[in-house]
Amino acid sequence: MGPLVPDIISANLNYIAALLIGVLFGMILEQAGFSSTKKLVGLFYGYDFTVLRVFFTAGVTAMLGVIALEHFGLLDLSLVYINPTFIWSAMAGGLIMGLGFVLGGFCPGTSVCAAAIGKIDAMVFIIGALLGVLLFAETYPAWEHLYKAGSWGSPRIFETLGISQSLFAFLLAAVALSAFWAVSIIENKVNGVKEAPVRFTPYYLALASAGLLMAVSSFAFTPRKESILKAAEAPGFAQAYKLDMMTPDEFAYRLMNDREDRLRIMDFRPEAEHAGLDLPKSSSFTMDNLFEKETSKALLIRGRINVFAAEDELTERKMAIIAARLGYKRIKILKGGLKEFREQILNFKPAKTASAFDRDNTYRFREKARRELPALLKNSKPAGPAVHKAKRILGGC
Amino acid sequence: MEEKKYMNSYLAGFLLGLLLLATIFITGRGLGASGALKSFTVAAMDTVAPAHTGSAVFYKEYAGEHSGGPLKNWLVFEVLGVLIGAFISGLVSDRLGLKFEKGPSATNKMRIAGALSGGLLWGVGSQLGRGCTSGAALSGMAVMSTGGIITMGFIFAGAYAVAYFFRKLWI
Repeated sequence: MGPLVPDIISANLNYIAALLIGVLFGMILEQAGFSSTKKLVGLFYGYDFTVLRVFFTAGVTAMLGVIALEHFGLLDLSLVYINPTFIWSAMAGGLIMGLGFVLGGFCPGTSVCAAAIGKIDAMVFIIGALLGVLLFAETYPAWEHLYKAGSWGSPRIFETLGISQSLFAFLLAAVALSAFWAVSIIENKVNGVKEAPVRFTPYYLALASAGLLMAVSSFAFTPRKESILKAAEAPGFAQAYKLDMMTPDEFAYRLMNDREDRLRIMDFRPEAEHAGLDLPKSSSFTMDNLFEKETSKALLIRGRINVFAAEDELTERKMAIIAARLGYKRIKILKGGLKEFREQILNFKPAKTASAFDRDNTYRFREKARRELPALLKNSKPAGPAVHKAKRILGGC
Repeated sequence: MEEKKYMNSYLAGFLLGLLLLATIFITGRGLGASGALKSFTVAAMDTVAPAHTGSAVFYKEYAGEHSGGPLKNWLVFEVLGVLIGAFISGLVSDRLGLKFEKGPSATNKMRIAGALSGGLLWGVGSQLGRGCTSGAALSGMAVMSTGGIITMGFIFAGAYAVAYFFRKLWI
């Protein structure tokens, strides 16, 4: 499903979406009070923590929403823009912006809001910001080293910290809730309000329980991959799972007779372990490919016979179970894996004590397959790795 | 008509969070603001000094990343939307009007100098830090980006570290 751009919403329609999103963004910021420096800088002097409340509520809501959408397979995070981490420029830039916040009283987004309702100081701020970008652009060679130093790629914070996604989300939500409580106390002290900052009124109770519920939900929405893998890896589960099987004989037959071009093989062997056995009509798949919106599209084409192949049947089973869990139907696995295919077909040796039936039917086919297949396999041109074509969306500022 | 009260902070935050979530779901990217300032600056320089933007590293890198010209940019459209949305909101809540806002003990000169230099610092800082409060901090938090969260921490740390020295501006 998501992101809807570029498959469902085209690049040009995306600009219209940007405008509409911007309208809502502007409305919410203005309604929250972000068009006034008095409300914004209150955060730094303790008399008004609106910014912290709005900002953290929004961040936690969106974060939990992203986690939930990913959990239900509605959002492919490998396509979503994750801000890259350049450790030194992130810290230096942050400090400069912090100083700018106290001096200017706005941040870029809020200054646009304030200017829209006629705040002259915000217009001055925007002129300053444009000059600042110009200054950076003109002196870029001097910054370039710092700008590009310390690149960590695009890690997620829980990976950096080495904790689970759920735990981090819970901790952040818990920190936000505690902060809301703490700042209410500070606010009332600074403003000389005698009333207790947090009271047991329905409003606060509802707020607290909604917050707690959201925080705890982070444990319910485990990362999709993790929970599916856990199920597939459970002892005995994969062996007992009922899957559509294709016998080596049928597999060989289909390889030799596929005039309608229906057979597609998803080869789950690591490329280094192909050991001279390249399969025609195959593309190299990895488990990660199954989770990717773009590559897994190959599994959805109607009329195809999709066979999962790996050296051993257990690997095939696990992959097929993952695919089934992800909602892909009509997936077959090669019975006994490629190991058995090699033994029974490619290196076929008739047993001495075979029934007349076996000799007349099965054996005759296998002899034929053994003769014909090597040439076919030799000339086979596997499609190579299933390429992850869709690129991450370019975002950021 | 009197100015209407602002929205409840938690409700506003929740709505903003839903909007950000919808943005990520629809477009695969978060909200932003400073990127639009960059686009405007580059567009202005392209018009004023095309020879210069053709040779300086910053503009060349920018052109390499943004095909179709600096103004055909997602954030430019989004920020135009912000202008419209904030104006509508101001209209509805009766907050429109030319106003010059400053702290009770600050002079006009102080406020102008502060706004100009504050803006300047944001311009530089948001370029260096690859995003501002919306693009790096808020959107970064939503997708749990390490870089975004670090930038957020340092914006607030930086602000708290110097807030005391500039209190004359605000209180």
